[in-house]
Amino acid sequence: MEKRYYQPEIETMPVEEIKKLQSEKLVKQVRHVYDNVPYYRNLMEEKGVTPDDIHGIEDLHKLPFLTKADLRDAYPYGLLAKPLKDCVRIQSTSGTTGRRVVAFYTQHDIDLWEDCCARAIVAAGGTEEDVCQVAYGYGLFTGGPGLNGGSHKVGCLTLPMSSGFTERQIQFMTDLNATILCCTPSYAAYIGETAKEMGLTPDQIPLKAGIFGAEPWTEEMRRGIEAALGIKAYDIYGLTETSGPGVSFECSEQTGMHINEDHFLAEIIDPDTGEVLPEGSKGELVFTALDKEAFPLLRYRTRDICVLTRKPCSCGRTHIKMSKPMGRSDDMMIIRGVNVFPSQIETVLLQEGYQPNYQIVVDRVGNNDTFEVNVEMNPDQFEDTVGGITAREKALADAMKAILGINPKVHLVAPKSITRSEGKAVRVIDKRKLHD
Amino acid sequence: MSLKQLTVFVENKPGALVAITDTLAEHKVNIRALSIADTQEFGILRLIVSDNDTALVTLTREGYLIKTTDVVGVKIGDQPGKLSKALAVLDEAGINMEYLYAFMSRTEKHAYVVLRVADNAAAETALEAAGFHLITDVDINKL
Ligand SMILES: [Zn+2]
Repeated sequence: MEKRYYQPEIETMPVEEIKKLQSEKLVKQVRHVYDNVPYYRNLMEEKGVTPDDIHGIEDLHKLPFLTKADLRDAYPYGLLAKPLKDCVRIQSTSGTTGRRVVAFYTQHDIDLWEDCCARAIVAAGGTEEDVCQVAYGYGLFTGGPGLNGGSHKVGCLTLPMSSGFTERQIQFMTDLNATILCCTPSYAAYIGETAKEMGLTPDQIPLKAGIFGAEPWTEEMRRGIEAALGIKAYDIYGLTETSGPGVSFECSEQTGMHINEDHFLAEIIDPDTGEVLPEGSKGELVFTALDKEAFPLLRYRTRDICVLTRKPCSCGRTHIKMSKPMGRSDDMMIIRGVNVFPSQIETVLLQEGYQPNYQIVVDRVGNNDTFEVNVEMNPDQFEDTVGGITAREKALADAMKAILGINPKVHLVAPKSITRSEGKAVRVIDKRKLHD
Repeated sequence: MSLKQLTVFVENKPGALVAITDTLAEHKVNIRALSIADTQEFGILRLIVSDNDTALVTLTREGYLIKTTDVVGVKIGDQPGKLSKALAVLDEAGINMEYLYAFMSRTEKHAYVVLRVADNAAAETALEAAGFHLITDVDINKL
């Protein structure tokens, strides 16, 4: 396969040069933030650090972290590092709790973000010959604007569809020969189902690739989408706090996402102690924006748990790769001494043909943790004998044990019987009183 | 030749069962026969009703997990030993049985059993050959 890049000199830069570039940018960025963001300057002063202490990326660990709570406290302008007259855009996301996150962009910030998205589109095989259908939401959400901008930079013919009106999406897709689809993976799966209902087979769908992100998805989902649409499905990662989609993206290897290291410096830390962990360790992903001007977060804790690896990649890109997030640091449970993420349970359920409608109940009896997983059954999984149902429960428990290393007690329950709060299922009930 | 049974998943919670029977009563569905298999966590309610379609639609709409299962209905009458004979017929034919439950007809004083077996057609053939009278959905409302 021909190797193509959007910015070859940067994307294939030797690792030592990347690190040198990062060091130069970091020194300048820390000075910029210290001089312009009183909120962060205070955090640095509390830690006794000044810009003079930062000589390169080896000094990164000296800087204080930023968390979602800081974003809340500093809302809306407290982390802004440029006068508003220099800003040209805001994007926003609803946090899971409390206030929205509002991020500001100068034209330079928009350009570097769109460059990142353009790299992702080229890595998925995009060229100026392609027709790129952007079915992420447009507006405050970063998905639509980010991929739209990236698609322009690559020179694709861009279809700014936004999400929804699925039959119209498919009509445009087939009439105008869209070759690349950008949307959330769940919407891609839904487009696949709708196309099938409309009587289209995968070979009647002109798409060749999809770039899907903004929500967690599994390898099983990837295979399902690839088969339904007859495409290669690529993952893309990003968050509004750091710019939007395109912080990292998958290449033809589909074994993790290359982080755009010339703009984003990544670390993995122990979520409990904040200690920086060596490459290859599983921990919380932390990003430092190296050259964003308006909203340059330093050491921002994403809460995403993943692994970073810098192995030579067959695509020729030298930038470090991150695994798909394996969960959120705030979701991780330690049960019988083992780290358990709800996303692992979800993976098993999808693998075994169940819907990911489940609830984990953890308790402590004496000194032992009890670990139960309630799973909603579909009508076709319902058996009319007790033995049939208990055999299914046992098979699920065995499949979970194979992934988690510990054995849950699985209960199959009626559809829609799991507690939902504001429409979202309550995934974890931890009744243990481990902290007073 | 078949008898349809409705199988409903019941959570082991107070009032779960009565909610189902109330729903059926509201929609004028009569229960002809009923059995429950239960564990600490859940129960499986098996029903032979006067109107399968209405029961299926209403219970599904109420969110119950429900399926239709083909079973074999056999008239036992009121002679002692007749049930044993029916079971012996199945045994000799090598047909495995999952469960059975009995009910009485309203009109005549006859007992009937509902059998859930591995092979309905084979069971029906063997029972009829041994002189048993089988019942279907059509018969249910006349009993
Ligand atoms: Zn690669």
